Amino acid sequence: MRTVTDIVCPFCGTLCDDIEADIDESGKILQTRNACVVGDNKFMTLQSPDRHLHPRIRKGGELVECTMDEAINKAAEILANAKHPVYYGWSSTSCEATEAGMALTEDTGGIIDNTATVCHGPSLLAIHTVGISTCTLGEIINRADCVVYWGCNPVNAHPRHMSRYSLYKRGFFTERGKSDRTEIVLDVRNTETAQKADVFLQPEQGRDYELMDALRVAFRGEPLPESVAGIPRKDIEKVAQLMKDSRFGIIFFGMGLTQTRGKHRNIDIAISVTTDLNKYTKFLIMPMRGHYNVTGANQVSLWECGFPYAVDFARGFPRYNPGESSTTDVLMHNEVDAALVIAADPGAHFPIDMVKRLASIPLIAVDPHATPTTEIATVHIPSAMVGAEDEGSAYRMDNVPIRMRKFVEPPEGILTDKEIIERIHERVKELKGTPSVIYERALEKPAVTVTAPSFDSLLQKAT
Amino acid sequence: MSSDNVLKANLITGRTVEQGIAIEGFKDKPEYIDAAGVVQVDPSDLKAVNIWPGSTVLAKSDYGEVVVKAARSPYGPHPGIVFIPMGPWANQIVNPDTDTTGMPSFKGISVTITPAPGQKVLDAITLIKTTTKGGVEA
Repeated sequence: MRTVTDIVCPFCGTLCDDIEADIDESGKILQTRNACVVGDNKFMTLQSPDRHLHPRIRKGGELVECTMDEAINKAAEILANAKHPVYYGWSSTSCEATEAGMALTEDTGGIIDNTATVCHGPSLLAIHTVGISTCTLGEIINRADCVVYWGCNPVNAHPRHMSRYSLYKRGFFTERGKSDRTEIVLDVRNTETAQKADVFLQPEQGRDYELMDALRVAFRGEPLPESVAGIPRKDIEKVAQLMKDSRFGIIFFGMGLTQTRGKHRNIDIAISVTTDLNKYTKFLIMPMRGHYNVTGANQVSLWECGFPYAVDFARGFPRYNPGESSTTDVLMHNEVDAALVIAADPGAHFPIDMVKRLASIPLIAVDPHATPTTEIATVHIPSAMVGAEDEGSAYRMDNVPIRMRKFVEPPEGILTDKEIIERIHERVKELKGTPSVIYERALEKPAVTVTAPSFDSLLQKAT
Repeated sequence: MSSDNVLKANLITGRTVEQGIAIEGFKDKPEYIDAAGVVQVDPSDLKAVNIWPGSTVLAKSDYGEVVVKAARSPYGPHPGIVFIPMGPWANQIVNPDTDTTGMPSFKGISVTITPAPGQKVLDAITLIKTTTKGGVEA
């Protein structure tokens, strides 16, 4: 038996990097330490005996096992013949796989989109509008004495966030951990996160915007009505004062804001609340990113083409218009004729009308496990799990890149996400008979060299 | 507003730790049904409409309907609000309108909850296969 330390957990955006695992001689994971219950489960179910170890292609209404070459070929055929495919997911895989996906998308004139669409996409839209004042989680550990959780429930969704970064952890200026911090929670239900908060406000559902507007009024000491969003005036004024009196505050926010009426406007005003508070003290704001590398998917998309998600290459150059080019909208409007889903499960997590559309077009699903998406797919390609069977880069929710570790071998014949995408891309290029737009055209063009004029020639011109 | 055996409520969906565990390798297993095929209702609402925790109920909205199990919400009081963990059951009845933002409305959907004795909560795979065409060949 061997013990591997400093494993990075591939579940949520907290990216805990202190996991230990005991591995036996055959490479089986026996147990893990330090991980939360979800992270532990992710490692322990990886090698379950009922994991799919062969690709499957739909024949006669059923998914039938086939070879990897057959599956790659079929996937490439679907994508090469599609007029406008969509490539969705990318949030539970490495940045390197996403990078390969960007090249494939450009060559096939498709849309590449990550799960931010149904997660913190509205937050990104708000950041385009009003910017953001944020920081790394290390700053929170050492400095934050006022921690606000608004519309998020880290006890359930990011189980180690509070103990590693935001609440219990002792830091340089927060030596007593939670005793040195004030925890404020705003949620429509009295969740576990709310139950142990110093202050809990329970606004009426869908009225967060009004409550934040009221906070901005309270910061300025101007009159408020008796209650806003069901919260009495005195409570709003009390919370406003607590925030103003802090030395260093942070607002963490989640789906309670982005998925509620108002969507990106809720985040606009949450960031504006943060901006207002900086007239009195230091205050910052951070989205609680869900999938462990959804931040990385945004980063890769940004550095490759300038836009974080919902990027459409149909015209040969990247266009970005969430609401028109997001996967959810193109499915609703029947604007795609094939789909590749990797490292996500829209079959389970999209509204059913969109899933109906997914099930009516050729669909390629890349996922280690059986999911609602794989079971309605045309081609299912099982893959290795990044963070256990493959290494790669991932970005934590505060945009800090962390290297995911490989510590066990994938089952025989199982490829990594990056390899699968690259092999599909190679085959697509063969089928289309065109060189890769991204790489090969760049190589064909001779570099333009510019020679600076010599001093003598300049002198001659001047005289 | 609720009348006999019909609970009119505001649906929100979201993550739970049980759902988080079930999505890693259990999506084709009964654990996923137990984790996400449930609707958490405030105890006062359960009493008002005579729905027993553990019984099957029909959740219906303008966008669809789904059979789930009723459960007593551990996060009350929140009368008028019901919660279904994110997953294929919740997504049968959420509002797909993105308001041109890309984000469907996963929270704040008007629903009715009525008892559905004798009905079965379908597993995730069967539910998706029966409500879609079940995939196409190419």
